[in-house]
Amino acid sequence: MRKVYTKINSIAGNVVTLNADNVSYEDLAIVESGHGTSLAQVVKLNHDEVSLQVFQGTKGVSTGDKVRFLGHPMQVSFSENLLGRVFTGSGKPRDNKSDLQDNMIEIGGPSVNPSKRKIPENMIRTGIPMIDVFNTLVESQKLPIFSIPGEPYNELLARIALQAEADVIVFGGMGLKHDDYLNFRNTFEEGGVLHRSILFVHTAADPLVECLMVADMALAVAENFAVEKNMRVLVLLTDMTAFSDALKEIAITMEQIPSNRGYPGDLYSQLAMRYEKAVDFEGSGSVTTLAVTTMPGDDVTHPVPDNTGYITEGQFYLRNGWIEPFGSLSRLKQMVNGKTRDDHRDIMTACIQLYAKCKESREKQSMGFMMSAWDEKLLRYGERFEKEMMSLSVNLTLEEALDGCWKILSSIFEPQEVGISSKLVEKYWRSGE
Amino acid sequence: MADTKGKIVAIYGNLVTAEVTGSVRQNAVAYCCRSRDGVKLKAEIIRLRNQYIDMQVFEATRGLQVGDEVEITSGLLSVTLGPGLLGQTYDGLQNPLPQLAEECGFFLKSGVYKDPLNKEVKWKFTPSKKVGDTVSAGDYLGSVPEGIFTHQIIVPPSFFGELTIEKIAKEGEYTIEEKIVTLKDSSGASHELGMSYEWPVKLPMKGYKDRLLPTEPLTTKQRIIDSFFPICKGGTYCIPGPFGAGKTVMQQITSRHAEVDVVIVAACGERAGEVVETLREFPELTDPKTGRPLMERTIIICNTSSMPVAAREASVYTGITLAEYYRLMGLDVLLLADSTSRWAQALREMSGRLEEIPGEEAFPAYLESVIASFYERAGLVELRSGEKGSVTVGGTVSPAGGNFEEPVTQATLKVVGAFHGLSRARADARRFPSMDPIESWSKYQGSISEDDVAFAKNILRSGNEVGQMMTVVGEEGVSIDDFILFLKSELLDRVYLQQNAFDDIDAACSLDRQKHTFSVLLEVLNHQFSYESKDAARTGFFQLQEAFLNWNLTEWESQAFKDQESKVKGLL
Ligand SMILES: Nc1ncnc2c1ncn2[C@@H]1O[C@H](COP(=O)(O)OP(=O)(O)O)[C@@H](O)[C@H]1O
Ligand SMILES: [Mg+2]
Repeated sequence: MRKVYTKINSIAGNVVTLNADNVSYEDLAIVESGHGTSLAQVVKLNHDEVSLQVFQGTKGVSTGDKVRFLGHPMQVSFSENLLGRVFTGSGKPRDNKSDLQDNMIEIGGPSVNPSKRKIPENMIRTGIPMIDVFNTLVESQKLPIFSIPGEPYNELLARIALQAEADVIVFGGMGLKHDDYLNFRNTFEEGGVLHRSILFVHTAADPLVECLMVADMALAVAENFAVEKNMRVLVLLTDMTAFSDALKEIAITMEQIPSNRGYPGDLYSQLAMRYEKAVDFEGSGSVTTLAVTTMPGDDVTHPVPDNTGYITEGQFYLRNGWIEPFGSLSRLKQMVNGKTRDDHRDIMTACIQLYAKCKESREKQSMGFMMSAWDEKLLRYGERFEKEMMSLSVNLTLEEALDGCWKILSSIFEPQEVGISSKLVEKYWRSGE
Repeated sequence: MADTKGKIVAIYGNLVTAEVTGSVRQNAVAYCCRSRDGVKLKAEIIRLRNQYIDMQVFEATRGLQVGDEVEITSGLLSVTLGPGLLGQTYDGLQNPLPQLAEECGFFLKSGVYKDPLNKEVKWKFTPSKKVGDTVSAGDYLGSVPEGIFTHQIIVPPSFFGELTIEKIAKEGEYTIEEKIVTLKDSSGASHELGMSYEWPVKLPMKGYKDRLLPTEPLTTKQRIIDSFFPICKGGTYCIPGPFGAGKTVMQQITSRHAEVDVVIVAACGERAGEVVETLREFPELTDPKTGRPLMERTIIICNTSSMPVAAREASVYTGITLAEYYRLMGLDVLLLADSTSRWAQALREMSGRLEEIPGEEAFPAYLESVIASFYERAGLVELRSGEKGSVTVGGTVSPAGGNFEEPVTQATLKVVGAFHGLSRARADARRFPSMDPIESWSKYQGSISEDDVAFAKNILRSGNEVGQMMTVVGEEGVSIDDFILFLKSELLDRVYLQQNAFDDIDAACSLDRQKHTFSVLLEVLNHQFSYESKDAARTGFFQLQEAFLNWNLTEWESQAFKDQESKVKGLL
């Protein structure tokens, strides 16, 4: 039986300190107070003084409460029994079913050896042209959805989850409104994917530290399904800004010097450690991660979206109810779009370049300038492109979407105006439309 | 100095403090021994205070305890040099990643350190000196063939003064550890050397005769670089840009096509996936110059974002040290570091834990001098053999919020010879490479006549101004001449500055081809067009653009190339 300590020296924020020996860095402890028990983790060791971050917070913890060290870091159960279940950020059931304790694995484990990664090569079709044609999603990609708070980002996330091919879906909800959590669960249930999904959910009402744990548990479980069971796993995380804010709050109580708008200097590394868990394992399964990052004030330069953009393999930029062509990017698209159809790349570039020019014409128009014949064409183009390609209500296969693009171009422009090589124009141009 | 021992007294993130008795050396390597399972974690001493040492641990510190033992070595953080480095993939501490994977599987494992160089392989050594010869640091003793290169075995630059060769091995096959030469120094002491030795990464490797001014252009086969903002062998340049602007793609194509002997790719704190592309593709790609796989001229150092943060700093130093080593053999080496900001952030994280007084954006006050002395290690040198060798350094910078007015970009701009600034607006409009042709600069002289480049830049600038003006006064508010100027600048941008990295032919444009295309483009830019209306002018330029773009896609000097060239000229 492990030693029980009954003298806490100090309590500040979520951190308590006490004197103890033989404690390992990052080990777990249990703090028992009048209000119940909470997990806690060693975050600092200084001589015989141990700092513990208490998951449930320190409200009501008193200096005489009991502390017991467990002798291991945070773990989560891993088996197929997890499928169809919902857990809290401490790994406890949230669905009134049994507690799972078998085959415990460590969370936040080491990084994958880069030489064991495969070059991603499989496109994930979603039926959304702005994704499939212009910002192709690829198996093992890590991709955030940048969004201002009012946009339908959770709906988009759920829609992709239902339409994308994946063996297992691991959902990590962080700082979720309880209603949003229920919406996700219902969508998964109605979409018939709940039995192959695992949900880790932290709601806004739950203790802060559990918000951080959700991401790590979801990713540890996903990684194990990929490596141990050779499965293609899709991880959905929402909202990584809540995750980052939890990091910020904790860093400040630990008296770390903030680097940018209160966020700790290691925000980049912390986010990267989670996102880099997306991997196509050579000779085994894969982890693909889609994460929501809400942008306070629609500001991409805010530290959370900014650091995220540097880590992830592109981003879907959700704005005005659609995925913006500017600012949205799939960095892995070129791994797959060379072998979809020979016109995929050129159509992708040409349509966006023309849309950029259309925006310029719209600006001129809004300032009351005369519209040249060329401007008029661009305006017509923009309107049709938005309606037939950008709108999220459109559901097309990749091939239908490509054909659709040619149709729009052919009916508005002359072939030499679109900047596509003559070879493709000859093949796909629809003269007379 | 005997190895010293200590005991851990504090752990906070990857900062570990130990109490020691005995002498220790700043920046020495130490090992924290995890009592739980006996694993030894590599660390570097970064501060000494009385009996306490602060170490940055190069691994996750999970599981360490107060009271765990620390073994302190007398050696500084070093890399192993010798034949067999080319083609390898290392982590930031020169751990060979494929060998690590063989032993540990998918995941990296703390405390496993493998030999950077194969100790069994025999190399065919041919001596170039004989017993009795006097030599100094940097002199060649003999050589072994390493792939496409003659790998010179050099008197290590750690030696001072003149040395006499007491013994030297005959031509034959030796491993890197077998002693092949014995040198006697001026004090009469003998030193037995093998083909490999260690070098502390933070000490520049000298051993050359002189540093020279970089003048010879380094061809990257990127038109916008070679023609407009050239870099030189032995020079330095930086690529700052917001995320998604194209920094990594730019470095990747440079690592493929640059006309240098050796390329060292230091992936520092960014995506692992991007290195994997290089790792997997380079063995399959042929270097047009040598006809051999590109991997044979490449070394990859890979300390990506989820790998231990402290090793990021080590990774750029490991990279530059390997570059300096091959420079001493008379080779032109290009070091590409992506991204130097991640290294700066690692410094910041550590500085914060050490509770140093923070500077701007919480970066440490010594950031500037650290960056400056890193880029200073680049350079063109004259070797003792009379040959020349060079290390060129290109570093990307990832400024927070894409704002160049931040400490890392600013510190870097002070020391580099060329600035390739990438622009968000150009990337959004898919104008790749998204280098800003107005903001970027280079202090180096390129291969294309300076006057012609100045003329073209002038068209870009004034065309851009017309474009700006049109957003205020509309198309109808500018004269047809100004409008044509605008169209000329757009054409120059679209068909020359922009280059498709993903097209087999357009991806790399040889210098000869650049010169040729540029001369034709100059004809267009100089041509007096007379159009009746702006719409007619636009149509005319669209035709030119289409013809030019198709021309870019033809193979250099092929029949199709010549045909398309006539089409372009026919439009004038
Ligand atoms: N030269 C180029 N040609 C075509 N596309 C490019 C080019 N450079 C960048 N891109 C596009 O931009 C994306 C981001 O480029 P990347 O180099 O990864 O950006 P960064 O390193 O600046 O974040 C790439 O995935 C690619 O789609
Ligand atoms: Mg990059």
